[in-house]
Amino acid sequence: MSQQDILEGLAAIVNEVAGVPVEDVQLDKAFVDDLDIDSLSMVEVVMAAEDKWGVKIPDEEVKNLRTVGDAVTFISANS
Amino acid sequence: MTREVVVTGMGMTTPLGGDVASTWSALLAGTSGISTITEEWVLEQPCHIAGFMAVDPTEVLDRVETRRMDRSQQAALVAAREAWADAGAPEMDLDRLGTVIATGIGGVTSLLNAHDTLRERGASRISPHLVTMIMPNGPAAIVGLELGARAGVHTPVSACASGAEAISYAARMIQEGRADVVVAGGTEAVICDLTMAGFAAMRALSTRNDDPQTASRPYDVDRDGFVMGEGAGVVVLESREHAKARGATIHGVYGGAGLTSDGHHIAQPDPEGRGASRAILAAISDAGLTPADIVHINAHATSTPQGDIAEFVAIRAALGSDADSTVVTGTKSMTGHLLGGAGAIESIFTILTIRDRVVPPTANLTNMDPAIDLDVATSPRPLPAGDIAALNNSFGFGGHDVALVFRSN
Repeated sequence: MSQQDILEGLAAIVNEVAGVPVEDVQLDKAFVDDLDIDSLSMVEVVMAAEDKWGVKIPDEEVKNLRTVGDAVTFISANS
Repeated sequence: MTREVVVTGMGMTTPLGGDVASTWSALLAGTSGISTITEEWVLEQPCHIAGFMAVDPTEVLDRVETRRMDRSQQAALVAAREAWADAGAPEMDLDRLGTVIATGIGGVTSLLNAHDTLRERGASRISPHLVTMIMPNGPAAIVGLELGARAGVHTPVSACASGAEAISYAARMIQEGRADVVVAGGTEAVICDLTMAGFAAMRALSTRNDDPQTASRPYDVDRDGFVMGEGAGVVVLESREHAKARGATIHGVYGGAGLTSDGHHIAQPDPEGRGASRAILAAISDAGLTPADIVHINAHATSTPQGDIAEFVAIRAALGSDADSTVVTGTKSMTGHLLGGAGAIESIFTILTIRDRVVPPTANLTNMDPAIDLDVATSPRPLPAGDIAALNNSFGFGGHDVALVFRSN
């Protein structure tokens, strides 16, 4: 699983959950500040990512996932 | 002197159409919105028929919006957007804008779907939107958020009288000076195996499965229960001075409300219709009118054997011989029974009846119940010119009685 594959998968999830255009979901973008993902939508993103890549993303880890790149790195390292 | 309340916007989505215009024309044509449920679970149940929204809200709303909302909330939002646009989307002080949207039951289908998820996939897979999808105040809150309303967001719950109670509550907010504009109505979308089983267990539903479009037949001797419908109706109520100042189109005038309770039984109507007749008289009095002024009644008329009789008794008790000169109709014969949405869509029908001076027919009334002595329209009936007033009745399990009066000027 390449980082690019994970980015594309994550972009599809963020689009499904919050309607953010796929092309806006880039590694340097922050979920809250740039993509306007609220805390409830973030829970949905995490659930969908867990299902897609078979990872467990604990709540205490979620707060460290500030940017899309943070999430891609975590999923890449733990899936 | 309380402030006068007028109707400046209307919106709905019903088994007859996705908006007011299409629903109203289907209603005047006597069209039924009832069909056979095609899902397999109906085969285990006595009732196989219902009135689904003619235009599914997911076809109208944005995909991301719909996945966060229960179907009843989606319907309310569709109706509210139409009503708000119809009112001219007034630019106003949002501290003076309120919403009152009722539901009889709430987000039951979302609750059941989530329960399936819980059982099949575990607690960690429950949507973070579940709670706001199932809470009964969800539709009012969603509409309030959409418009930025800050005068108050409320949700009266009185089963099948909820939609009418919401309109009376909204009018009171304006009369008392809490708000200048209130978006008000009711919504329901609970056609699923569990709720149908529950109403069937009460023997409340029609089982005329072989002929869905004639199953809802208020006042007919062969009526055998109500047919469940889904959808929402929303009105924009406004103080007359506020409407006048912005040059709004006034569709009709809110006259008054009467709210009582039976104190009789949790689900059976009082056979003497005492609570209902007091509600009717209170509404007429609140409107500053007398029974002789009521030219039309949009009746609750659910097509249950007992309910239609009890309402007839109540109308007779309240209006006496003046009931002879009142044209009654039961529009649930075409829409089915929208439960918490019923009082709202039927208030809109009442307003349209007054505005267009035509009473929509009661469909499927082929053999009038000889025990019911009312002038029921079976084809569209004209109403007289001049100042007229009409009544909309709504009753709910729990013994709730709500009557609303609307006027032409």
